[in-house]
Amino acid sequence: MTTAKIKKQQEILEAVVIRFVGDSGDGMQLTGTQFSDTSAMFGNDIATFPNYPAEIRAPQGSLYGVSGFQVHIGSIEISTPGEDLDLLVCMNPAALKTNLSALKAGHTIIIDTDSFTKKNLEKALYASNPLEDGSLNNYRVIEVAMTSLTKEALKDMGLDNKSITRSKNMFALGMVYWMYDRDMNHTLEFFENKFKKNPLIAEANSKVLKTGFYFAETLELIPNSFTISPSKMPKGTYRIINGNQATAWGFLAAAEKSGLELFLGSYPITPASDILHELVKHKHFGVKAFQAEDEIAGITSSIGASFAGDFAITTTSGPGLALKGEAVGLAMILELPLVIVNVQRGGPSTGLPTKTEQSDLLQAMYGRNGESPLIVIAASTPADCFDWAYEAARLTLEHMTPVLLLTDGYIANGSEPWKIKSINEMPPIKHKQISGGDPEKWNVYDRDAVTLAREWAIPGTKGFEHRVGGLEKDKTTGNVSYVPENHEYMTHIRAEKVERVQNSIPDLKSDFNDEGDLLVVGWGGTFGSLHSATKQLSDEGLKIGHVHFNYINPLPKNTEAIFSKFKKIVVCELNNGQLASILRSKFNDIKFSQHNKMQGLPFGVSELTEKFKTLIK
Amino acid sequence: MTEATKYTFKDFASDQEVRWCPGCDDYVILRSMQKALPEMGVKKEDVVFISGIGCSSRFPYYIDSYGMHSIHGRAPAIASGVKLANPDLSVWVITGDGDSLAIGGNHFIHVLRRNLDLNIILFNNEIYGLTKGQFSPTSLIGQKTKTSPYGNTQPPFHPGELALGAQARFFARIGGNTPKEMTQLFIEAEKFKGTSLIEVLQNCVIFNDGCFTQYTDKAVREDKQLHLEHGKPMIFGKERDKGLVLNGLKLEVVTIGENGVTESDLLVHDAKESDSTLHSMLVRLEYPLATGIIRAVEELTFEAREEALTNEVKANSKFSKVDDLFLSGETYEVE
Repeated sequence: MTTAKIKKQQEILEAVVIRFVGDSGDGMQLTGTQFSDTSAMFGNDIATFPNYPAEIRAPQGSLYGVSGFQVHIGSIEISTPGEDLDLLVCMNPAALKTNLSALKAGHTIIIDTDSFTKKNLEKALYASNPLEDGSLNNYRVIEVAMTSLTKEALKDMGLDNKSITRSKNMFALGMVYWMYDRDMNHTLEFFENKFKKNPLIAEANSKVLKTGFYFAETLELIPNSFTISPSKMPKGTYRIINGNQATAWGFLAAAEKSGLELFLGSYPITPASDILHELVKHKHFGVKAFQAEDEIAGITSSIGASFAGDFAITTTSGPGLALKGEAVGLAMILELPLVIVNVQRGGPSTGLPTKTEQSDLLQAMYGRNGESPLIVIAASTPADCFDWAYEAARLTLEHMTPVLLLTDGYIANGSEPWKIKSINEMPPIKHKQISGGDPEKWNVYDRDAVTLAREWAIPGTKGFEHRVGGLEKDKTTGNVSYVPENHEYMTHIRAEKVERVQNSIPDLKSDFNDEGDLLVVGWGGTFGSLHSATKQLSDEGLKIGHVHFNYINPLPKNTEAIFSKFKKIVVCELNNGQLASILRSKFNDIKFSQHNKMQGLPFGVSELTEKFKTLIK
Repeated sequence: MTEATKYTFKDFASDQEVRWCPGCDDYVILRSMQKALPEMGVKKEDVVFISGIGCSSRFPYYIDSYGMHSIHGRAPAIASGVKLANPDLSVWVITGDGDSLAIGGNHFIHVLRRNLDLNIILFNNEIYGLTKGQFSPTSLIGQKTKTSPYGNTQPPFHPGELALGAQARFFARIGGNTPKEMTQLFIEAEKFKGTSLIEVLQNCVIFNDGCFTQYTDKAVREDKQLHLEHGKPMIFGKERDKGLVLNGLKLEVVTIGENGVTESDLLVHDAKESDSTLHSMLVRLEYPLATGIIRAVEELTFEAREEALTNEVKANSKFSKVDDLFLSGETYEVE
């Protein structure tokens, strides 16, 4: 919006990683989101990583109350939120203490010096003030009395002290906007809309943002600004989307495409609640989003809705899936369509609710009584949650067996540009509801010869009245059956039905190399890190490939063929080796190495490249 | 219902062999239901029975309509999903005292609180039958069972009290050996818009035989039960000479003709009174045992609230297709 009055030097960069950190009440998530949205609209590729504590307002200034938002922007393809920071924006000592190690040596920290009080330093367990004791000598420190400058800027506006100090995050954002040559317009418009009913607050935030921007422009401590050119993304209309929103929208699209009404039975749980929050908004599409009394009622109400003819889903995270286990088995033996979404978080038990992990894979595969195989698929990036939610819908509606869709906290909360899809370009979904026909020639458990899916006769359909239940049923009529051979037959047929899904899914593809020294194997939300690390080494000339599983049960048909083309295979997971154990059980003759991390954090690209290099040697 | 679809009870009998113990009250309940269904004016294909686990929960297999025998305690939640998916259906929940008051207690109270237009039949036999004789949440103190060989030490729930506490709009109680009244009650429950809960005092001939005999035996029934009717005085007894009056904060049994008491002194039953105080007192009463419709207070159902809200949102929405949503708000072009 403005052209700099004092022209400083401008340097062009390919990509930068910026992290905004402060107290959980400092508005770091909003600051980061504004910066990433603005950058995306400028044309950069982006990836974000919000990292916040489980406590809503942890005690001010404490180490565990630090909330952060990391964003990676580039003129090149960006597939992770980045690792080593180019810029760290720190609102208090606790934020500095917990985040400094991620900053590259010689790079910049912007610090609100007003928050470096004796009390805050003590809370952050600093024995001496890092701004004075030389411990930041290896970095370029920009000390700004941000709180005082904000107060000064707003002193005549008649605002209370709390509202004034709350807008200091916009001072920091203004500075970063200047440093990276960003336009302030998007954020100014955002204030106007957000504070429509309170124009004074909108004006205050705008004023502080601009004050920060001009402050950076004139400050001699910042010798130059940087620009990151727009990236070469495919032409089209884009929006920024996070994984939970993309998941919700994928289901909306599937409901419209299939012509069925969407029913969600759910119970609030971190980090899955945002899917429920999104779907409750869409009554205009006839979405029935039902907040139930517990996890079990969440899934069982969905089973009821599915029995009655809706496209039903339930959303949860690990502990909730454990509670739903028995009901998942019911949906499976009834052979009704149902999608169960598990936005994984750190476990076991309550574990790390706001942190990411991939440790529910075995629960998804086997976490039920009896022989109860499900279709298990996983999304791999924030935006592709849309496609995998849609695919989960297609599979469950066409194959008449529940689908378990795995995402995780990292891609659920992370965001990236989504090239907007139209319903017209999505594949068709052919559900199995009976609309007519002769009930005399129909049996409840008659099956499609190809998929083995049964037909879906819903209440209200005359002549097709029938009973189903959790007891083992006769292979044809569905009536209760204790016949030994029938039970064995049904056990096999339910498993085979899932296996036959192989015929309706694409082959696995190896990126970068089809054969070579090392195959990197991953699944789900680690795609970005594994892709970046493998690309880097492949560019260096190493014979390295990457396969990423989205279909886990069943696995794509050509899985073994791809594995056999590589000398070594390493299975990388944010758990203790769950996919590795599945692969070992299926492919006896193949040796799988593992790389595992269980810190509630995503993989860093450099830790991966290091590991892969040692494996290739 | 059109003229063409006039059903008889046979239309609602499935081809499955009924497998309850000989002499079980469940047969009475099944037969009463099969007689009631043709009188309700609902189409057979629009009737759905959902049950949990227990002896009672085999019920849906024997009714020729849509049905699901589900998992322990969850029938109210499953039925809620059915009703929300298709509010035009007549949805019935079949449950027992263990199923609804122990493992499914949470769903039981919440389904009553929400007030969907469902009908719940609670077969109360004060024992676990299908698992062969353990005490249930309605078993009495001192009751000897497989898991209380020296006598039960857990105080029982009174289903009606629990239901009223959970804001039940319709609560009725009926002896398991009175098919005629039961049939009528099922028809009334279906007519009522909102969650109807019917507690059937159901004798378990094997594990708790005679548990309700003191109230339900033909010889004592009229003397021990007060069969409530809306708008009628609370009168009972073989001789129709006993009645209830309010004495301070307690119900008191009086005899007509004694101490100058006349029929006009008796309380008149008002099932439609929204204040549940008197209904709660009737529910707790041990002599006489109140049967019939104790409470029937209609208010907007959950699905009606949802429907109204959905229509309002639809009328004011700028979105008719998901594409409208995807392209709304902040989007940007990459050239």
